[in-house]
Amino acid sequence: MTPDTLGGGLHVSAVNDYDLTAVRADFPILSREVHGKPLVYLDSAASAQKPRQVIAALTDLYENDYANVHRGIHYLGAAATDRFEGGRERVRRFLNAASTREIVLTKGATEGINLVASSLATGGMLKAGDEVIITELEHHSNIVPWQFLRDRYGIVLKVAKVEEDGSLPAEAVERLIGPKTRMVAVTHVSNVFGTVLPVERIIAAAKAAGAMTLIDGCQAVMHRPVDVQALDCDFYVFAGHKIYGPSGIGALYGREALLEAMPPYQGGGEMIRTVTFEESTFADLPHKFEAGTPPIAQSVGLAAALDYVESLGVERIAAHEHDVLTYATERLSAIEGLRIWGSAPNKESVISFTMKGAHPHDIGTIVDRMGVAVRAGHHCAQPLMDRFDLPATARASFGLYNSKAEVDTLARALETVREMFA
Amino acid sequence: MTARPETQPSEDAGAAVPEDLVPIDEAQEDLVAEFGFFDDWMDKYQYLIDMGRKLPEFPEDWRADDYKVQGCQSQVWFVPEWHGDRLHLHARSDAHIVNGLIACLLRVYDWRTAQEILDTPPDFIAEIGLDQHLSGTRANGLRAMLDRIFSLARARGQGGGAA
Repeated sequence: MTPDTLGGGLHVSAVNDYDLTAVRADFPILSREVHGKPLVYLDSAASAQKPRQVIAALTDLYENDYANVHRGIHYLGAAATDRFEGGRERVRRFLNAASTREIVLTKGATEGINLVASSLATGGMLKAGDEVIITELEHHSNIVPWQFLRDRYGIVLKVAKVEEDGSLPAEAVERLIGPKTRMVAVTHVSNVFGTVLPVERIIAAAKAAGAMTLIDGCQAVMHRPVDVQALDCDFYVFAGHKIYGPSGIGALYGREALLEAMPPYQGGGEMIRTVTFEESTFADLPHKFEAGTPPIAQSVGLAAALDYVESLGVERIAAHEHDVLTYATERLSAIEGLRIWGSAPNKESVISFTMKGAHPHDIGTIVDRMGVAVRAGHHCAQPLMDRFDLPATARASFGLYNSKAEVDTLARALETVREMFA
Repeated sequence: MTARPETQPSEDAGAAVPEDLVPIDEAQEDLVAEFGFFDDWMDKYQYLIDMGRKLPEFPEDWRADDYKVQGCQSQVWFVPEWHGDRLHLHARSDAHIVNGLIACLLRVYDWRTAQEILDTPPDFIAEIGLDQHLSGTRANGLRAMLDRIFSLARARGQGGGAA
């Protein structure tokens, strides 16, 4: 890098004014080598790498302001509480929720979905005979919690069908909605195919039928702006670690009236107002749902990650990623024997693929030796893999720091795979 | 043990200890030496892939859930059977590289006695430089297959009798 590019930020990519060189410099791990080769990290859909701004926020909290929250009368207790609650406010702004009372900080998106499913059932808001609609594109974390309710409470689980190209039209959900539908729980973006679901229409259809809605935004929030008030969903979850924040934290947005009506999920400290051996009364929202010491540092780290993403601009990130996705789709399609799974017109930067003669595990192993990290397996979406009769796929996913040059490295590595298994 | 498919050979179906079976220590040393010939990791993997391709036949209907060793990236089907005091192993994966690793395991552990197995930890995998493939149970079925070989040997060693 020359002083010019450092000082003036003049080094820009072809699309808009996205300064990829500067962005990459924010991620220390991207400069390391793997097996003696420069790391090409194409597994951000599993977990994204962290910018130094997030790492610095964590370090700063631990070095200066750390203590338990909502308890101590001492200085650090108050400082840590401010910073922890600052993370909640940051998430509220990010999702444009009306109030921080609607933002529950969880240990991840999985816990958010389990919390909603469990509390709705124990609160009698979902009961035997009530129908819950999910789709074939769901991650296991938006399947198994509802299966628990089916097996324990007798709710009925209905599954909307995906099309051959990996798309899921709103009609697929709409045709399952009936008088007994009480919940429609769908992913915003498929973690296997990258398909963007028409959640606006799905939410409107569910609402018209008097059903609640939950959107799994794990693969969406880092790629597209999300406004829960505009969406008008009842619940929205996402994971911190996939949006360049720490692991161990997720956020659940819930409509205040529903969260008010739902009983607590877990019992413990923090979530109570009074406790006697006869009975306990519970804290106000959102703390009613946050039993035990919460993810304090993670909240601070998540806030830094959201600051980082919004400083680049979600739309600009999306434009860059789509540019990389289009290029990668072209490059990979040109490889003999390679097949891309999932070609919905509206998709995010995820490419699932298989290669003739090589198992995805073989692909992942060989490209790893060339420094390229991809995922291989069923991607925690076994029903979807079964639907397409696939034991596994390899998956390359692109984040805000990936470049076309990295796509070239992937393509070269895949040519090597093709030769080795020919 | 789980029920065997109808097609599985019984103990007297003619399978016998191969005449060219080398002592278990020698089998390990040979493997390490063979992989040592290659300087380049690509050649090592190519050799591994070729070893996997030369695995003995594995009947289609043994690729059954009863024999599946769970793994989230690739699958392994594993059918162990005792012939007298020796453990005979059949295994296959849907991934070439895993088949190569299975071939390595068979070179060392197939047709061995319980005591031979228990005396031979799988150190050769690390010496070859392929230990990352054994790093977790989630990634593939190899770790589980290896654990199973050792638990069978332990059960036998403790007077478990014919499995």
